[in-house]
Amino acid sequence: MTATVKAATADALPQVRTDRLPLLILPVVMLLALPAIFDVPAWLTLTLAGLAMGMMIFLMASGLTLVFGLMDVLNFGHGAFISVGAFVGASVMLPLAAWMQADSFALNMAVLLPGILAAMLVSGALGYGFERIVIAPVYGQHLKQILITMGGLIVAEQAIHVVWGPDQIPLPRPTSLRGAFIIGDVAIEKYRLLAVAVGLLVFLAMMLVLNRTKLGLLIRAGVENREMVESLGYRIKRLFVGVFVAGSALAGLGGVMWALYQETVTASMGMQVMVLVFIVIIIGGLGSVGGCFIGALLVGLTANYVGFLAPKLALGSNILLMVLILLWRPQGLYPVARR
Amino acid sequence: MSEPILSLRGLNTHIAQYHILHGVEFDVPRGQLTMLLGRNGAGKTTTLRSIMGLWRASAGEILFEGRNIAGLSTPEIARLGIAYVPESMAIFADLTVKENLVLAARNGPLDGARLDWLFGLFPAMKRFWTLPAGVLSGGQKQMLAVSRAIVEPRKLLLVDEPSKGLAPSIIANMITAFRELKQGDTTILLVEQNFNFARQLGDSVAVMDDGRIVHRGSMAALASDAGLQQKLLGLSLDAHQ
Amino acid sequence: MLHAILSGDVPRSKVLAAALALIFFALLLAPFVFPTVNALNVAGKICIFILLAASYDLLLGYTGIVSFAHTMFFGIGAYGVAIVMGRVAPDWGGVLLGGGIAIALSVALAALIGLFSLRVRAIFFAMITLAVASAFAILASQLSTLTGGEDGLNYRVPEMLRPAFRLFDGEILGIVINGRVMAYYLTFAVSLLLFLLLLRVVNSPFGRVLQAIRENEFRAEAIGYRTVHYRTLANCLAAAVATVAGMLLALVLRYTNPDTTLSFTIMMDILLMVVIGGMGTLYGSVLGATLFLLAQLYLKDVMGAASAATSGVPLLPSLLHPDRWLLWFGLLFIASVYFFPTGIVGRLRSLAQRHRLL
Ligand SMILES: Nc1ncnc2c1ncn2[C@@H]1O[C@H](COP(=O)(O)OP(=O)(O)OP(=O)(O)O)[C@@H](O)[C@H]1O
Ligand SMILES: [Mg+2]
Repeated sequence: MTATVKAATADALPQVRTDRLPLLILPVVMLLALPAIFDVPAWLTLTLAGLAMGMMIFLMASGLTLVFGLMDVLNFGHGAFISVGAFVGASVMLPLAAWMQADSFALNMAVLLPGILAAMLVSGALGYGFERIVIAPVYGQHLKQILITMGGLIVAEQAIHVVWGPDQIPLPRPTSLRGAFIIGDVAIEKYRLLAVAVGLLVFLAMMLVLNRTKLGLLIRAGVENREMVESLGYRIKRLFVGVFVAGSALAGLGGVMWALYQETVTASMGMQVMVLVFIVIIIGGLGSVGGCFIGALLVGLTANYVGFLAPKLALGSNILLMVLILLWRPQGLYPVARR
Repeated sequence: MSEPILSLRGLNTHIAQYHILHGVEFDVPRGQLTMLLGRNGAGKTTTLRSIMGLWRASAGEILFEGRNIAGLSTPEIARLGIAYVPESMAIFADLTVKENLVLAARNGPLDGARLDWLFGLFPAMKRFWTLPAGVLSGGQKQMLAVSRAIVEPRKLLLVDEPSKGLAPSIIANMITAFRELKQGDTTILLVEQNFNFARQLGDSVAVMDDGRIVHRGSMAALASDAGLQQKLLGLSLDAHQ
Repeated sequence: MLHAILSGDVPRSKVLAAALALIFFALLLAPFVFPTVNALNVAGKICIFILLAASYDLLLGYTGIVSFAHTMFFGIGAYGVAIVMGRVAPDWGGVLLGGGIAIALSVALAALIGLFSLRVRAIFFAMITLAVASAFAILASQLSTLTGGEDGLNYRVPEMLRPAFRLFDGEILGIVINGRVMAYYLTFAVSLLLFLLLLRVVNSPFGRVLQAIRENEFRAEAIGYRTVHYRTLANCLAAAVATVAGMLLALVLRYTNPDTTLSFTIMMDILLMVVIGGMGTLYGSVLGATLFLLAQLYLKDVMGAASAATSGVPLLPSLLHPDRWLLWFGLLFIASVYFFPTGIVGRLRSLAQRHRLL
């Protein structure tokens, strides 16, 4: 067929600079903390604790940031999925406490895995209902969205009290996840290791889906320009419901893991963690999964380092971190391109 | 003459509380290229967006192959075989050129022969194949936006000002592309400010002003009638000042 | 005259006018009509929360931004007074000193938060206020040497406001004018004045710009208004009024702790008051706060009775348990955002308008 223009000649392709600067913050923060803490084993322990905490926050935050990116919906009720996940997980695991306390990895897992699965299923199902009933009627109205989803959170928290009673529930970790590996002077807590592994796994799986599958392409395209994705013939509402449900299920997973980390389940835990979750998604750049990941680790590390150096400033330090990052990049680490 | 592939009947569109289209009425004959002309703010983009379902028509009918599609959702309309190149191009900047086209090819993997044809028309697409579309220049983005609409055969293309910011040689390629598409039985509704471009391509013309159609006819008639051009397009010049 | 006092913003509904008049006179005469300590406390709380809700409505209803930091400013006011009363001197100079510091701190914080988050995207504001407020609440409970931690602070207030104080030797209209009554009237007067001031603000050109921004931020920006500045200013003003409300609370209660001022529950209460009463009309805060506090008081009793009465039925007793009353208010809240976005006041006004048209 016709080609009237001769192919462009020798001039080079434009350089694509991937923005790696935010990636550098993590090692920089870790290295800065080392001389301040001045004790290598303590530093290693804190770093692991920070990464573990960060990974769990990432689990809880990733769905929220994607939902915002895709549909411009900010769900303040996201914390409900976290709490409900934790309670459902506890309900499955506690009746089988004997297996949890048995000194057998297989028995422990035979309780833990169904507990996690149930948490994810129920949180996901709840997410579906929440999207249909609470959020769908207020698309595109930010003020109402914030109010309604906040109302949903209150109701969910109260409903948890109705179902599971007013008190917090102790949830001891299974035997094989208690204690630590001791390597020289360094104690590596088993549960933290597990949290890091799960978080990393979920992150990698997400990156794989987002970058290597058509579904992922659709999500990324939808985050940039919803209308154009629809004009190409894709039903973005369905995609959104899917992402919402997946995000809720991940919040449920994060909730169980957080509960096992704290070894208690409370109805208000979702709300408490949401504060960190919001800081994380603002730091990351609303809508960006990669930014959310870095933000979560950063928040986890800072909380642990500062908690060790100046315990009273731990939560304030996260606010300070957010302020510093927003001063550097007002839209967060990885702002999402938009029309 | 066969029935038009698209006809608008008394189309009214509101954007928020503003009444933008007041009973727009014209036909797009099958297999032809119809030009939609008019001054800035006349309502051309709003018309295309209403056809795509991106604005909901408040009254009137949009008949596509005889069926009223007003009220269908945008994805449903697209799946009937209508592709849209918006004025803003709306390329996905984070995705590579390839990924942009992969998404546009909704019915399956990219077709090699069709890609070669595209690369022939728009060599830049091949050069930047694996780069994020965000690094393309304005004109290259325009080419990508058009490529996305034609990467698979569609029945009807709605194209909003594709010539904007393009070098003359690429405009020539674009004209070639539209001609070849027309021969391949694709109908095109083209919004254009550049009358020279329009003259070379158009079979029939509709001219809008203030949310209404003010002229309908063949391009040949308009191109040969300087007085009419003066009246319709001179009007657009006056309105600019 | 009344028209001028209300800055021209009249109720525009007979029922609403009657309700407002009823609330006004009930509060004005509360010490005489309801002469128990308990009732006086409730009346004082109603005055304070009307003011608090009205200042919050300046943000939510008139400016269209959602803040979760309003209790932070409320708490700053209460703790400012409490700390100075306890550590420096329990006199009027102390009230001014503590209040002055508190207001300065609140306004500075509000300006910072506003400039920081509203500059980028209005939606940041909700998230950032939530994060900052909860950090502040934790900080307050951790700095226990200053704030008394979870237990809070008990302190003496200026002589005139102490229960033992007597303004006259005898009784007036059958009651003793003691320090409690004085504290109540101080609260009533300051709340009323500031409420009228807020009414003036929302009906001023400044208030109308705020509403224009709320309706169409993009357009207001295009016309040339610096939306960030207007919104930040509104945020500062709301914060200052909330701080004063906190000061009043500290003086009336004579103790201050996180539960009475900083807790997230109070934040939700304010939100419910404003939404149920009616966003974007200050009278909504009056109705919302009054109804909410009365309901909170009496609904709990009713629910307790209902819960006991249904004790044989599964689930119902725990649904009706007095501690679950927030469940029902939460549902009411969601329903009112969906179905009555203009709240009680909006309803009353549109009813009145329909009557006039008929
Ligand atoms: N989102 C919107 N909100 C309000 N008015 C709008 C909106 N979009 C378009 N309009 C108005 O609708 C009218 C028609 O706009 P439209 O974009 O359809 O014009 P057009 O013919 O495509 O102009 P141009 O040649 O400049 O692209 C204009 O007056 C414009 O101001
Ligand atoms: Mg246009």
